[in-house]
Amino acid sequence: MSLENVLDQKREEFLIKWFQLMVDAYPAETAKFLKREKNPFANPVGRSIHEGISGILDLLVRGVEHGKASEFLDRIIRVRAVQDFSPAQALAFVFDLRGLLRDVLVKEIDEGGITADELALFDAKVDELALISFNVYTACREKLYEIKVEEIKNRSFRLLQKAGLLEEISETREESGEKGGDQ
Amino acid sequence: MAKIPKASEMAATLSHIPPQTGWMDTPTEFKQGRWCYGAKAKNMEVLGLPNPRDWSPTDADWKLPSNWKEIILEGLRERIGRFRSLRLFMDICVRCGACADKCHFFIGSGDPKNMPVLRAELLRSVYRKEFTTAGKILGKLAGGRELTEEVFKEWFYYFFQCTECRRCSVFCPYGIDTAEITIIARELLNLVGCNIDWIAGPVANCYQNGNHLGIQPHAFKDMIEFFVDEIEALNGIRIEPTFNRKGAEILFITPSGDVFADPGTYTLMGYLMLFHEIGLDYTWSTYASEGGNFGFFTSHEMMKRLNAKMYAEAKRLGVKWILGGECGHMWRVVNQYMDTMNGPADFLEEPVSPITGTKFDSAKGTKMLHLVEFTADLIRNGKLKLDPSRNDHLNVTFHDSCNPARGMGLFEEPRYVIQNVCNNFHEMPPNTIREQTFCCGSGSGLNTDEFLDMRMRGGLPRANAVKHVHDMFGVNTLSTICAIDRAVLPPLMDYWVPGVGVAGVHEMVGNALVMEGETERTTDMRGEPLAGMEDSEDEDI
Ligand code: SF4
Ligand code: SF4
Repeated sequence: MSLENVLDQKREEFLIKWFQLMVDAYPAETAKFLKREKNPFANPVGRSIHEGISGILDLLVRGVEHGKASEFLDRIIRVRAVQDFSPAQALAFVFDLRGLLRDVLVKEIDEGGITADELALFDAKVDELALISFNVYTACREKLYEIKVEEIKNRSFRLLQKAGLLEEISETREESGEKGGDQ
Repeated sequence: MAKIPKASEMAATLSHIPPQTGWMDTPTEFKQGRWCYGAKAKNMEVLGLPNPRDWSPTDADWKLPSNWKEIILEGLRERIGRFRSLRLFMDICVRCGACADKCHFFIGSGDPKNMPVLRAELLRSVYRKEFTTAGKILGKLAGGRELTEEVFKEWFYYFFQCTECRRCSVFCPYGIDTAEITIIARELLNLVGCNIDWIAGPVANCYQNGNHLGIQPHAFKDMIEFFVDEIEALNGIRIEPTFNRKGAEILFITPSGDVFADPGTYTLMGYLMLFHEIGLDYTWSTYASEGGNFGFFTSHEMMKRLNAKMYAEAKRLGVKWILGGECGHMWRVVNQYMDTMNGPADFLEEPVSPITGTKFDSAKGTKMLHLVEFTADLIRNGKLKLDPSRNDHLNVTFHDSCNPARGMGLFEEPRYVIQNVCNNFHEMPPNTIREQTFCCGSGSGLNTDEFLDMRMRGGLPRANAVKHVHDMFGVNTLSTICAIDRAVLPPLMDYWVPGVGVAGVHEMVGNALVMEGETERTTDMRGEPLAGMEDSEDEDI
């Protein structure tokens, strides 16, 4: 049986273990809450982890599709990008996949049911996911900076507009070949 | 086969090893994006606040007065005597944990000290050590803790990570209100000069010029006249608002955010259009030019000082009663405190709608009526000509702002108004609305940009519920009746649920309102084409 098929059969176990690894990154009380609370609206972080990891697992079984991969990674990373994690800590969960696979499929690997080639291929997919996750993380942090700038601008937007300053600014920008103003 | 280490087993810098110590022994680290700048000396001086100096929470030395500890403990002793509820809240918590996972900051951050019970425990532990026999003798064993500089800094960090939203109190079997504990803790912090500048600045401006931005009367008037022009461009109707007019029947007060920042400005245009259409005899005040009251986030005394202008101005102008716009904490102050604090306003009359004759019992004490109640009554009595299809380009949900919802029980009126001016409306899940509504994550003076990471965490539960109705029903508009919400929900949506905009309820009223003598409407107030008018828009430009 191929790695994908075995993995598909052990889907539940794989997801439970992965979820556990994810919540272990939080203090014990928090980890307990993230696991216990099943209502997706009372526990949005747990929800996004669930949706993210099951989506990613599906992709691994069926092949990583770039657009989809960033969507599922985004579900998880968008949250971690604003929590108390360094970038490395925020993205560690992707790298956990290799160890996790070898843990869940230990018997099959030992018995030779899964070849070294298959493992190498899986690792390559994890690498690809890791690379995509860098993009996603950076995009989240960039969005935050963009929001900050917008917020500061909007605070005085109407006053500047009224004073006729914004029109001047957008005209100058257009003259210098830049894209429109604030309007 | 070589075993691959888990990420959590790798070097500490790579993995996230959560603290395994108990909460009391877990030190607080001031990380960027999680705390607000300290109040500036100049703002504190204007207000006569103690210990004015320029300082930063990341400085090792906070330049506290040498007897800071005595000041705080004396302040606590005095407040425990003055506020019976505080003593009760300090004594009766049984740590059942019912509130623990109900705070949006805990849910979004995963930081256990954002659990309401632990937030309160920060203060309670010091109370136990200093004011209870068990705590004095047994110390830590009885949950007591010495007030050290570290503990004090931890207070600053976590009491400025509570939006005083009161969601936790809904779930506490004893009705313990952690928001009240935060309010007291912030008062104590203020006794030695530890406020945040995002609060002290607006308070100082308000105290000097009447509004948060410190806009002077002529500029305030100019701004409103600017919107008069915008409305005329929109539908050909010239509105003539009056300012500081003595003898007007009604004084209208709204947060200044509606005057100066989008999308609140569209809500303001809605107010102007509505009042014009029904021929309301009202006036604006350039002195009471701010409904918001950041004094409430500083101390009881400061709240009173800033609130005083409402009645003072009503008296000076000789109006009969006050009508208040869409705001959150303004209503908490008005409803919970104004009457006893700066009243009784016996020179005012009980609000009666001049259009329908309805008497509003809800405003009997304060003589200040919520605009949404007023508008709902107009609609109920068939006094408005409305074309809800003008909002067909909007697919709307409603965010109950903490203060009007949990503070006033204002659940039905906004929904009634929305459903009369919009055809597409979808509620968010029940455990995220009405009394259980989730805070925007930026209330109580924490809507500043240096606090953005924390705001995004705190706003996650709200955003998550919006995402649900966005995905399920295609909701593209989050409506609200709070000025802070109008300022902070757009960035929240931008991060978590792109594609959802934010609108005040009276913006949508303004869109739907059919005014006498209006020219054909092709766009909404933002210049967006109305449904079915997508082509005619080009001609306008
Ligand atoms: S719900 Fe009330 S009694 Fe229970 S831990 Fe929270 S504050 Fe204490
Ligand atoms: S009042 Fe709101 S922000 Fe403060 S602890 Fe309670 S739920 Fe959290």
